[in-house]
Amino acid sequence: MTEVATRPRIRDGMRAALPLAPSPILFGLSYGVLADATGFGSAAAIVMSATTFAGAAQFAVASVFDAGGTATAAILAAVFLNARYVAISMTVASIFPGGRARRLVESQAIVDESWALSGRRGRFEWPILVGSGLVFYVLWVGCTAVGTVIGGVLDDPNALGLDAAFAALFLALAVPYLRNRRGLQAAALAAVITLALIPFAPAGVPIVAASAACLLGLRR
Amino acid sequence: MSEAWIVVAIVGVATIASKAAGPVLVGRRELPPRLQACVELLAPVMLTALVVTQTFGGDEEIEVDVRVVGVGAALVAIALRAPVIVAMAVAALVTALLRLAV
Repeated sequence: MTEVATRPRIRDGMRAALPLAPSPILFGLSYGVLADATGFGSAAAIVMSATTFAGAAQFAVASVFDAGGTATAAILAAVFLNARYVAISMTVASIFPGGRARRLVESQAIVDESWALSGRRGRFEWPILVGSGLVFYVLWVGCTAVGTVIGGVLDDPNALGLDAAFAALFLALAVPYLRNRRGLQAAALAAVITLALIPFAPAGVPIVAASAACLLGLRR
Repeated sequence: MSEAWIVVAIVGVATIASKAAGPVLVGRRELPPRLQACVELLAPVMLTALVVTQTFGGDEEIEVDVRVVGVGAALVAIALRAPVIVAMAVAALVTALLRLAV
């Protein structure tokens, strides 16, 4: 029991991130390659990885540019995709110590993977979130930079099945929440909303809309 | 300023604000119990939505392809109490092999 009772440290978060390291490495490299190839520009791609630090939205921007879309379309796609972080950050609002400035900086460690890892013991833990987020950040920015240099070596990380691996990650992390009836009902409703909207809404919107399923919590 | 830099600036500011929304605006204040119940449901809800988009999401259409088999194999691994990283490896391996075969 003592091990369970021990409070994790930042170091534990960094260690927890290691099994997932291939994802920011491969996607960072491929993002750098893609952004460079689509004329987005190497410097803009690296600065975007350092400030936006959210893979899906950055790929969305690159693909809109690649398809000849407007800057407005690229911005909307990315902002919709990242709107989920409003909901995600609410779930961990209470775990950040310190003043507002510190919380503003440390909240940038929130990405899907660090958030998911930080909740793996049934409650959210700040050291895991910040420690793993830091590892992902360094790898993401560094590999973006390398990717803009190496060119089209890795054109499709999904050929390695990384998309399914992500789904498996989110699934494994969802399972503990589905053991009670409320969690299961809310998850089922979220799945229905997401499936219903995928054919009609731009990427990102179904995920944002599915967050409405949490309103089931209003029932007594 | 080129279009790319305008996108970098606007998306960057929007994303930073989104991630900070909870920790900065809500912080450690206690939420009313019913709102708290909603927030607690956000985790399973968002994770499920991510599983669904990651498994069935296409270019604004539902795509049923080899990913379903990969994720199904991962579900079996999870049911057998495999660690998360093993479940991920199973999903990646099954999906990648089927993509080679199909």
